[in-house]
Amino acid sequence: MRQWRFEVFNRSGFSDVHGNSILEEIKEFGISSVEAVQSAKVFLIEADFDDDFAQRVGKELLSDPVCEEYYIGRSGPPAGLAKATLIEVHLKSGVTDPVAESVMAALTDMGMEAGNVRTARKYVLLGDIIQRQTDTIAKKILSNDVIETVIVGSEAEPPSPHLKPYELQIVHWPIRDLDDDGLVALSKEKDLFLNLVEMQTIQKYYRELGREPTDVELESLAQTWSEHCVHKTLKSSVDMSIDGKEIHFDNLLKDTIFKATKQLNKSWCISVFVDNAGVVEFDKDTAVCFKVETHNRPSALDPYGGAATGIGGVIRDPMGTGMGARPIANTDIFCFGPPDKKLEDIPKGVLHPRRIMKGVVAGVRDYGNRMGIPTVNGAIYFDERYLGNPLVYCGNIGIMDKNKCFKNPQSGNIIIVVGGKTGRDGIHGATFSSGEITHEYEAIFSHAVQIGNPITEKKMLDVLIQANEAGLYEAITDCGAGGLSSSVGEMGQNLGAEVDLEKVPLKYGGLNYNEIWISEAQERMVIAVKPENVQAIQKIFDSENVESTVIGKFTGDKKLILRYNARQVAEMDMDFLHDGVPKYSRKAVWNTPELTEPSITEKDNYNEELLQILSSYNVASKEWVIRQYDHEVQGSSVVKPLTGVKNDGPSDATVIRPRFDSDKGLAISCGMNPMYGDIDPYWMALAGIDEAIRNLICVGGRADRIALLDNFSWANCTKPETFGALVRASQACHDGSIAFDSPFVSGKDSLNNEFSCEDGTQISIPSTLLISAISIVDDVNKCVTMDTKRSPNLLFVVGETKNELGGSHYYKINGQLGANVPKVDIEKAPKIAKKICAAIEQGLIVSCHDCSEGGLAVSLAEMAFAGGLGIEADLRGLPKSKDCTRVDAQLFSESNSRYIVEVEPENYDAFAKLMLNAPFGQIGKVTAENTLTVKAEDGKKVIEQDLDSLKQAWQKPLAW
Amino acid sequence: MKKVKAIVLRAAGINCDMETEDALELAGAEAQRVHINRIIEDKSALNKCQILVFPGGFSYGDDVAAGKILANQVVHHLYEPVQKFIDAGKLVLGICNGFQVLVKAGILPGDGQSGGQDTVTITYNDSGKFEDRWVYLVPQTEKCVFIEAGRQIYLPIAHAEGKVVTKDEAALETLKSEGYVAFKYADENGEEGPYPVNPNGSVDSIAGLTDTTGRILGLMPHPERHVRTTQHPHWTRLKDRTDGDGMTIFNNAVKYVKENL
Repeated sequence: MRQWRFEVFNRSGFSDVHGNSILEEIKEFGISSVEAVQSAKVFLIEADFDDDFAQRVGKELLSDPVCEEYYIGRSGPPAGLAKATLIEVHLKSGVTDPVAESVMAALTDMGMEAGNVRTARKYVLLGDIIQRQTDTIAKKILSNDVIETVIVGSEAEPPSPHLKPYELQIVHWPIRDLDDDGLVALSKEKDLFLNLVEMQTIQKYYRELGREPTDVELESLAQTWSEHCVHKTLKSSVDMSIDGKEIHFDNLLKDTIFKATKQLNKSWCISVFVDNAGVVEFDKDTAVCFKVETHNRPSALDPYGGAATGIGGVIRDPMGTGMGARPIANTDIFCFGPPDKKLEDIPKGVLHPRRIMKGVVAGVRDYGNRMGIPTVNGAIYFDERYLGNPLVYCGNIGIMDKNKCFKNPQSGNIIIVVGGKTGRDGIHGATFSSGEITHEYEAIFSHAVQIGNPITEKKMLDVLIQANEAGLYEAITDCGAGGLSSSVGEMGQNLGAEVDLEKVPLKYGGLNYNEIWISEAQERMVIAVKPENVQAIQKIFDSENVESTVIGKFTGDKKLILRYNARQVAEMDMDFLHDGVPKYSRKAVWNTPELTEPSITEKDNYNEELLQILSSYNVASKEWVIRQYDHEVQGSSVVKPLTGVKNDGPSDATVIRPRFDSDKGLAISCGMNPMYGDIDPYWMALAGIDEAIRNLICVGGRADRIALLDNFSWANCTKPETFGALVRASQACHDGSIAFDSPFVSGKDSLNNEFSCEDGTQISIPSTLLISAISIVDDVNKCVTMDTKRSPNLLFVVGETKNELGGSHYYKINGQLGANVPKVDIEKAPKIAKKICAAIEQGLIVSCHDCSEGGLAVSLAEMAFAGGLGIEADLRGLPKSKDCTRVDAQLFSESNSRYIVEVEPENYDAFAKLMLNAPFGQIGKVTAENTLTVKAEDGKKVIEQDLDSLKQAWQKPLAW
Repeated sequence: MKKVKAIVLRAAGINCDMETEDALELAGAEAQRVHINRIIEDKSALNKCQILVFPGGFSYGDDVAAGKILANQVVHHLYEPVQKFIDAGKLVLGICNGFQVLVKAGILPGDGQSGGQDTVTITYNDSGKFEDRWVYLVPQTEKCVFIEAGRQIYLPIAHAEGKVVTKDEAALETLKSEGYVAFKYADENGEEGPYPVNPNGSVDSIAGLTDTTGRILGLMPHPERHVRTTQHPHWTRLKDRTDGDGMTIFNNAVKYVKENL
C-alpha cells in the first residue's frame, strides 16, 4: 500500500490557537528567541487510493474548508523565512492513537479501507533559536519522552509499526533451587516487587508441586499480591508504640476503619469494602456507589495520560460494581509542588509542578468531559514535598438499581472481554505503583503508563447499560491494575477459570501470553455470561461497534488454567493465588513531636494578612480548573462548584439531582489538610472528616445519611515512624466515624510515595489523608449556598473558635508551624452538624459557609465577595474558648466544627431556639456596602477592605 | 391531541442525549434516543418523528475536528433521509456538538440544502481551552420557530470549539442579511462584549445559526441544561422560581409541530 502524508495548517487570517498557546509556554520557560509558532496536524495514511481520492480526503475529511488548508506530502519551511526550525512529534509505537482510529472509521464511511493510520503534530518555530533551546522546547514543552518521539528537521517519520507475529515459547522462571539472595534477585530482575518472605512462600508452593513456575504464574502472583491490589500494609498486624505506650492490632484496617463501619451497621449500607466501590441506598429503588482511587506514579511520568487514565480507571469501578452502575459524577483532588518553583530547583527525573498541574487538569478534563460525566467536586493542595510525587485522586459516583447491587458468577459461565483491545500499555502498573520512584524511573517504567481513549469507554458504557437492563450477564468487573489477571482472577476466585489467551483481541501483533494476561490496557471490562445468552449479548455489543470476545469460561475446580493455542501456560490454585500471601506484622511508632507556639506580635490591622492568605495557592480560587471541567453535563447540577451573584464564589460542596423524576439529591464533598499532619496525623484525620461533613451540611445534606471514603497517600511505611503516622490517622478515622455516626464505605491506599533524587536525597510526601463524603438531600429545592444573600440579614457563627493556629495558613505566611493543631470535640461536633442540618431543613438559613483554611476572616471574605454584599462583623459576638483572646487567633484560627450562617431577621427567634445549647453568637450582618469590616472586642476595626480587592487577591494567583 | 415525536440521535461519544430526551418530554414530546446505526439500517426511522435532535457530546472524540467524523458519517450515509426530513417541513435542532455536526455537514447555515457551503465553520475557542460558563443570548431573528423573538435567555456553554468563523467578510454579511444568525452572546443588559461575554471569540458574537426556513436551529449553548430552576447557577438568590430558560426552545418546537405538522 502507498503511504500518504497529509499536513493540515491553519489558513492565514485564522488564529492558530494551539501554536499560540505553545508560544506562551515557551515564553513562560524564559526562552525569548522564538518569535512565532505554527502548528500543523500530520496524518500518515497507508491506503490504496489514487490522487483524486487523496485530494478528497484532504479536503473533505482532514481539513476544515474555512479555516484550514491541507498539503499532501511534506511541506518545507515557510518561504522567505530562513530562521525556521521544524519539529515533529510522533507517538511511540504501540501508544494508543484515538484520532487515527477515528480517521480509519471515517475513511470507511467514505468507501475506502486504509491499512494503517498514524497521526503526528508538526511545529514550525520561527526565530533565531539555538540548539539547546530547541532541545528544551522539544522535550519540555512539545513532547513527553515517555510516549512520544521527537523528530527535528525534515528527517523521515518513524517507520510504521509492523511487528513480528508472536511464536509461542513457554518460559519458566526456576525458583525451587534458589537461595534467599537468588529469590530477592529474581524478584528484582523481573520487577515483581515481591519481598523475601513472599518469594519463599512461592518457592515452597512450587517445591510442593514439584515443578518450576512459568513466567505468567509468577507475574500473576506478583500482581495479585501487590500492595496496590491487596493492601498488605493496612491489613498487617501492628505493634504500635504511641509515646512509649504499646498497642497491638491484629489487622489494622479491621481493627479501626472496618470496625467502625461494622459497629454502626447501617441498614442503608448495601455493600461496603467488598466490591469495586462502596454501595449505599439512594432512594427506595436505587443505590449509589462511590470510589476514589489514586493515580500518582503514572501522573508523575505523564501527567496528561496518567491523570486521564486515572479518571478513566475509576469510572470503570462503579461500572464494575454489583451488576454495573451508571456513572453520574467525578471528583478530583490533586497535590502538587509549588507552581512558581524555579526550573533550576527541580530535581532530575521530575517534571515542573506547573507542567504537571496543566497536564493533569487537561487529562481529567479531556477524559471526564468526553465520557459525559460531570466533574463536580475537588481540591488542590500545594506543598514542596509533592515535587517528586504529585498526588492525583480521582473519584467516581455511579447510580444503579437497588436489586442489582451484587454479582453472581457461576461455574459454566462464559468469560467475555468487552471494550478496548489489549496492547503492551500499562504492563507492571500494579507492581510499579507499589514501589518508590527514583530519578531513573522515567526511563525504566515508561511502559507502565497507559494511554486512554474515552470514546472507547463511553461506547462500552452505552452497550453495557443495555445488556444490564436486558439481564444478559451474571457478573461484571473492570480490568484495572493487573489487567485480566486481576479481573478474571477475582471473579473466578471461588470458581476457577480457564482462559485461552490467543483469543484476546490485540492492538498489534507480537504480544506474548504473559503480556496479554497482565497488560493494563485501558477501557476493558470482563463479564460472566450464561452460554445461552452469549449470542444475544454480543448482538447488543455489535450493534454499536463495540468489541466483545469470548476468552474462556468459569469452571468449578478452583484452578486458574491459562492456555495459548491449546498449550497450557499456567495452572494455579485460586486459593493460593488469593489467600496465599503471607500475613505481615509490622512495627509502628508515634512520638508526639515537641513543638512550640511562635510568638508573633499582635497588630492593629490584619488587612494585609487576610489578602495574603486569600492569595495563597491552597486558598486561592480554582476557577481556572473548574471551568475546564464540564460540571453540568447530564443536567443534574443543583449546587455547582462555583456559586454566587457572579457564579464565581467557592461552594462548600456540590449537589446533584441524579434522577429526572425526583427532587432527591446527592451532596458531594471532601476534606483534607496535610499541614495538620505535620503536628499530629490523628487530628489531621479528624479535621478531614469534620471538614468533609461540614461541607455536606452547609449545602443541605442530611446529617444522618453520610457515607465516608478514605484515601491514604503516605511515604515509605516500612519506616516505623511513617507507618506510625498512618496508624494514628486510622485510629482517628475509627473515632470520627463512630462520633459522627457516619460509616466508611470504601477506601484505598497509595504507599511508598517517596522520590530518590540523583544525589541520594529523599523527598517524602507529607502524610496525606483524603476524606471524601456523600450524603442525601431530601429535597434539592431546600439547598443553600455560601454567598451572602440580602442586606440586612443577620450573621451568626455556630461552633467555638479556639486558640488553634497550629498548622494554620496564618502561621504559614509567618513562616511558622506552631503546636496547637485544631482538634475536634467529638461530643459536640456531631450535635452542631445536626442543628445546622435541621435549621436548613426548616428553611431558617439562607446562606451557610464553613470555617476552614484561613479561619473566620477568610470565610467571611468569601461569603461577602461571592454574594457581592458587604459584611459588618464584630468579634464580641464570636463564640470562643477562654484562651482565645488574641485578635489574630480569633480571625485566623482554623478550629473545626464552625459554620457561618445568614438568617433573615424574622427567623431570628426560631433559629436561636434551634441553636439552644450549641455555642453560637451573632457576629454581624450583611450590608449593602462593598466592604468587609471586622471589629475587635475593643471596638477597633481590625479588618476593613473593599470586596473587589479581596476577590481579586483570591482570584489572581491561579487565573492562568 | 396529536403526539409530537422526537428522535435524539446517539453516536459514539454523544453524551447529552438523556437530558435532551428529558427536556423534550418536559415540553410534551414523546422522545426516543436512537443510535445512528439504527437509522443507517432503516432510513424510514426518521419518517415517524417530526423533530430530529443532534445532541451535545464529543462524537468520535471530536477527533480531527469537533463534529467532523459524525458529519462525515451523516453526509455519506444519511444525506437523503435527512434532506427528505427537512423538505417535509420538519424540525432539526443541533446543540453544541450537534451544532458543529450540522455546520460541518453543510446543513447549516443556508437554504436547508445539504452539501456544504464551505463559508462558515466552528473552530477552537480563542482561549484555547474547554470552558463551562453561563452566557446570555439575544435572539437575532423572528422567523426561527424555536426562538421566542425578543426574549433574552440565560444558558450554559461547555465547549472547546465553539468559535463561529466565516470564510470572509462577504460570508459574514450573507449570514446577517439572510437572517441566518439565530442568537448572539450578550451581557446581562443585552449588550455585546469581549470575553467572557463572548466566551469563545465568535465573529460578531454569533452563538447560533438557523436556515432560510427557520426550521433548523444550531447553537453552542445547552438549552437542555436549563430546564429547571435549580439548574440556574445562582438559583438560591432568585425570588422568582420558574422554568429554566432553555424550555422555551423545546416548548416552541413542540408547539410548532402541534400547530403545523
